[in-house]
Amino acid sequence: MFLEFVQGPLWYVSATVFVLGVSIRLWEVLSKGLKPDLSTPRADGTGGALRTIVSRSWTAEGFSRGATFHLIAGYMFHLGLFLLLFWAAPHVVFIEERILGFGWTPAPHWLFIVAADLAFAGLILLWLRRVLHPVMRRISTFDDHAGAILTFLVMFTGCMALLKGHDSLRAIHMLTVEMLMIYFPFSRLMHAFTFALSRGYTGAAMARKGVQA
Amino acid sequence: MPSVQTEHDFERGVQVLGQQIDARIAAYFTSCVHCGLCAEACLFYTETGDPCYTPIYKVEPMRRLWQREHTFWGKMGKAMGWGSDLTGEDFAAWQEMTYDSCTLCGRCSMVCPVGNDISYMIRKQREAFAAAGYTPEGLQGASTRALEIGSPMGLTLKALNAQIRHVERNTGLKIPLDKQGADYMALLSSMEIINFPEYIESLARIFHAAGLSWTISTKAFEATNSGVQIGDSNIARELLSRVVDAAEGLGVKYVISPECGHAYMAIRWDGPNLIGRKYGFEVVHILELLDELRRDGRLRTEGLESARLTYHDPCQIARRGGVLEQPRNLLRMVSPDYPEMGDHARMNWCCGGGGGVSAIEETEELRIQVFNRKKRQLEAIGVETLVTGCANCRIVIEEGLEHYEMDVSVIGLTELLAEHLKPQSQTT
Repeated sequence: MFLEFVQGPLWYVSATVFVLGVSIRLWEVLSKGLKPDLSTPRADGTGGALRTIVSRSWTAEGFSRGATFHLIAGYMFHLGLFLLLFWAAPHVVFIEERILGFGWTPAPHWLFIVAADLAFAGLILLWLRRVLHPVMRRISTFDDHAGAILTFLVMFTGCMALLKGHDSLRAIHMLTVEMLMIYFPFSRLMHAFTFALSRGYTGAAMARKGVQA
Repeated sequence: MPSVQTEHDFERGVQVLGQQIDARIAAYFTSCVHCGLCAEACLFYTETGDPCYTPIYKVEPMRRLWQREHTFWGKMGKAMGWGSDLTGEDFAAWQEMTYDSCTLCGRCSMVCPVGNDISYMIRKQREAFAAAGYTPEGLQGASTRALEIGSPMGLTLKALNAQIRHVERNTGLKIPLDKQGADYMALLSSMEIINFPEYIESLARIFHAAGLSWTISTKAFEATNSGVQIGDSNIARELLSRVVDAAEGLGVKYVISPECGHAYMAIRWDGPNLIGRKYGFEVVHILELLDELRRDGRLRTEGLESARLTYHDPCQIARRGGVLEQPRNLLRMVSPDYPEMGDHARMNWCCGGGGGVSAIEETEELRIQVFNRKKRQLEAIGVETLVTGCANCRIVIEEGLEHYEMDVSVIGLTELLAEHLKPQSQTT
């Protein structure tokens, strides 16, 4: 009954909130507009935007000093989460059956374990840094903690559901996923979409000046 | 003519702050995950360890306004009476972080994983603080002098004329003033006129050797723009318009931005957006022009520097301005194998006095503290001479070197090249 609810009505509600919410947030950003830059550019801004969208996935030259802990934990978390989200076998099946109508070869079990370890360790390390480092304590808000805790719950219940293979655990995982999907558009988790905009804006502005951002 | 807001008008400030939130700002705040990496790129944080100097924290007033007025939870919270609006106390508390401890160097903007240009955000926040009158006295005074006298240092045309007479005596060359139809109009910074007149002398000698048609306008010789530094676009526009009107009145093809970082930012990149149209001339930085002359064989030097030297990139010319390779090409003419500092070019460390910070008297202690970064950079490569392309960097660095009793001399790149200029009889 509970499983049917979270896989049925609640799934549709949360998916609707997610899609509409993300769309509205993106519209909110884009609709504010930008004044045209009248200065004479050295180079095309579009190329710079595209380059920076990709290049900011790596650290600036020589910058890793002093930021090693954060960088390693950040890569661990994002890489692990990406693998889990799109290549964990149950997710591939879910995407095929409920969203896209087609699937792909899932990651082997050993890779799933590695990805889960990376994601958990990365998330915990990032959160520890958030609560222990003076800079992080100064700048963190409720939203930063809420997003981290919700993500942890989703990953934790996901692993529980997989390991035990029990319907109620799967239902709890679905419930946490849906909570996250409803929370997502109203939070900093939006960076999963808007990072392309922020990187692009900066990349374009800097490229016009002849600087690779 | 606009004037400097000296009385506190918080309501006006909040209104202007709201007007600053464009798509870039909204994208930046939406994307920011508060990772704190920007702190490691800011010399005010790395040299003091104070988390208040974390760049993204410096725009907290703007973030709070954005969250409250432009996000779902913020709007809902406001409707429900939750949370609190910005207050004048917030502006007062953040004034130091907005001005004293940010040189707008933009290094933080190069490392943000989501690509936020925090320097752009702080520049925008300064608009609101300037409108509200929450600005340092030093910048208020500089802006007022720039508007009323024509120079942030209160320098008049008489002072320039006096320096020009010295230059003409030293070089035997006539400095062309208000020459209609000249190809190039050179701008100067007050700092150069008063502290480093060798720059004017160097221009005269190099341009004479290159056969350049150039002039200086007596109506608009000052390149610096206090309006950009304090963050008041109305003042910036007024100061810039004087230069544009003079250049277009003389019918010059190019305006030469001098060895001054923010002057280049103001006239090359901000200017057309401030006046709302393209210029009737092109803007070229002096180091860009000298590199062009080098390429064309019109700038030729002789001899090499015996001193071990390196180049300090002024932030607004290099990272924020795109003049990266030209100074290196020029410096190699007199020091082919000069060593670079560990972080240089687009990842250089600021001198600590840009963005108007050097005009704020209260920042002296902080500036000296953050100069430790440059000190370590210089000690790591062990140079005797530091070459730069900004008179403001030069004076700030000289102060730091003096304080730490470091035996390093500082010289402008244009001046250094002029010292090695091949005599004209040998260049033809």
